[in-house]
Amino acid sequence: MIKKDSKDEPIISLKNVSKYFHGNKIIDNVSFDILHGETFVIMGCSGSGKSTLLRLMTGILKPEEGSIFVKGKDISKIRGEELDEVRKTFGMLFQYSALLDSLTVEDNVSLPLKEHTRLAQEIIDIIIKMKLSLVGLRGYEKHYPSQISGGMRKRVGLARAIALDPNIVFYDEPTSGLDPVVGGVIDKLIKELSEKLLITSVVITHDMQSVFNIADRVAMVHKGRIIDVTTPDELRSSQNPYIQQFINGRPLGPIDFFKEDIGIGEIFGL
Amino acid sequence: MITILGKTIINFIKNISGVIKLLVDILYWLIIGPFKGKAAQRQGIFNQMIFTGLRSMPIVFFVTIFTGVVLAMQSAYQLQKMGAVLYVASLVAVSLCRELGPVLTALVVAGRVGSAFAAELGTMKVSEQIEALETMAINPVRFLAVPRFIALFFMLPCLTILGNLSGMVGGYLVGVYSLNINPDLYIQTTFKYLEIKDIYTGITKSFVFAVIIALIGCFEGLNTKGGAEGVGRATTRSVVISFILIILADCIITSIFYFSKL
Ligand SMILES: Nc1ncnc2c1ncn2[C@@H]1O[C@H](COP(=O)(O)OP(=O)(O)OP(=O)(O)O)[C@@H](O)[C@H]1O
Ligand SMILES: [Mg+2]
Repeated sequence: MIKKDSKDEPIISLKNVSKYFHGNKIIDNVSFDILHGETFVIMGCSGSGKSTLLRLMTGILKPEEGSIFVKGKDISKIRGEELDEVRKTFGMLFQYSALLDSLTVEDNVSLPLKEHTRLAQEIIDIIIKMKLSLVGLRGYEKHYPSQISGGMRKRVGLARAIALDPNIVFYDEPTSGLDPVVGGVIDKLIKELSEKLLITSVVITHDMQSVFNIADRVAMVHKGRIIDVTTPDELRSSQNPYIQQFINGRPLGPIDFFKEDIGIGEIFGL
Repeated sequence: MITILGKTIINFIKNISGVIKLLVDILYWLIIGPFKGKAAQRQGIFNQMIFTGLRSMPIVFFVTIFTGVVLAMQSAYQLQKMGAVLYVASLVAVSLCRELGPVLTALVVAGRVGSAFAAELGTMKVSEQIEALETMAINPVRFLAVPRFIALFFMLPCLTILGNLSGMVGGYLVGVYSLNINPDLYIQTTFKYLEIKDIYTGITKSFVFAVIIALIGCFEGLNTKGGAEGVGRATTRSVVISFILIILADCIITSIFYFSKL
């Protein structure tokens, strides 16, 4: 009941956002709302600007045009401590984990706790144990990031992202580089976090299976534009040729992979 | 041609303002931080002190002891003509404490520690670790630059004192075993003409050099762009720029002391 009410108000809201890199428009006039407590999936091809969208929402990048409201504050205008206050309620899982490689697994996960809370060390230890067992990494506390595999690093990144019990968690490709079983566990974890703790999740993924597993709504991004925002059910029956090509993984279609390289398509017999 | 020159000048100004901004940031977190309960981590400072101070001792020791040896032989060569070989002792001591000790130590530390700052922070920058810190609302300047700054600020003067002493030991070895000066007399002459102001001139310099090395190393690291290549470039630049600035600052400080007769 509570969930239904609170779901109607946007917690993140992008209004006509554009971002340029070296004169190229990478994000092109994007607008959408992410509602309280929902799991919002952003999918799209490599290089379409998904990570950039996430960086805009976390205030790492500032848009040239438009505004981005997170919890009612324009994240592109605030800075310093005001921005940090909003960020403390974020968790973020990076595409390439971005663990601090001078710190052990345990210290990586406890870093936000030590920096932003005054919890006693014993309590921090308990929280770390809990978070690490959530991602199936008990027993790796003393390892350094260079001593564990890429998929394990990603899971440590996830444990770090949820260490502070954030309201909003951004996941940049949480299941890429993981085996299907662990991927399934992570999908389930994301879903549970959002359902039980009312966490708003923003998930970037290429993995169609996790899209159908976890998404409340899906946005399809192509070349910095939002093609469509729908529900997973509508996705399957969507008539949009971009979406059809993407979910079926067809090489030919409106998403032209071989765009400027005229002739290469023929070499592959496409 | 003019556009290249213009770009270079604009870049230069940008870099200078960036470095000044970093210094202001560091001082802000250093002074205001503790009042907000956001002091730099003691553990981080301690680790950096071990790295910048303790682990630099061997190289500082070897560089300065041989410099002391060379300095003693050089000045003996000159002083012998005037029959004043004894004064090798004070010459070595004064030129080490005022000039060579601080400068050589700073150059060695710039090559060892400044470059490590740039490489480490640069790698963190290109692998999104700095971005991760920012997203976690942890200020990278406070978390990374401040401990390095504090550690180097206190360790470089210590290393300089070590450098001065080991340089004098080098001079002593030459003086006693090659020039056959009486050991007691050598030590006496060393301290006879060495005034306290010679020592604090050198130490003052080393504080300034520490600021330069830490600032340039952290600035280059935090502003690294590109991948492994960018890290390499940042590292090289940090060493080159620190070297130039150290010599320049040395020149300025020496002339201030010289003209103000301090
Ligand atoms: N810092 C930057 N400087 C210049 N161009 C950038 C920068 N970051 C991203 N881009 C460009 O923006 C585009 C989108 O990049 P982004 O990382 O958002 O893609 P993505 O959708 O996350 O792709 P992937 O699925 O491969 O991670 C790319 O074409 C890239 O070249
Ligand atoms: Mg990406």
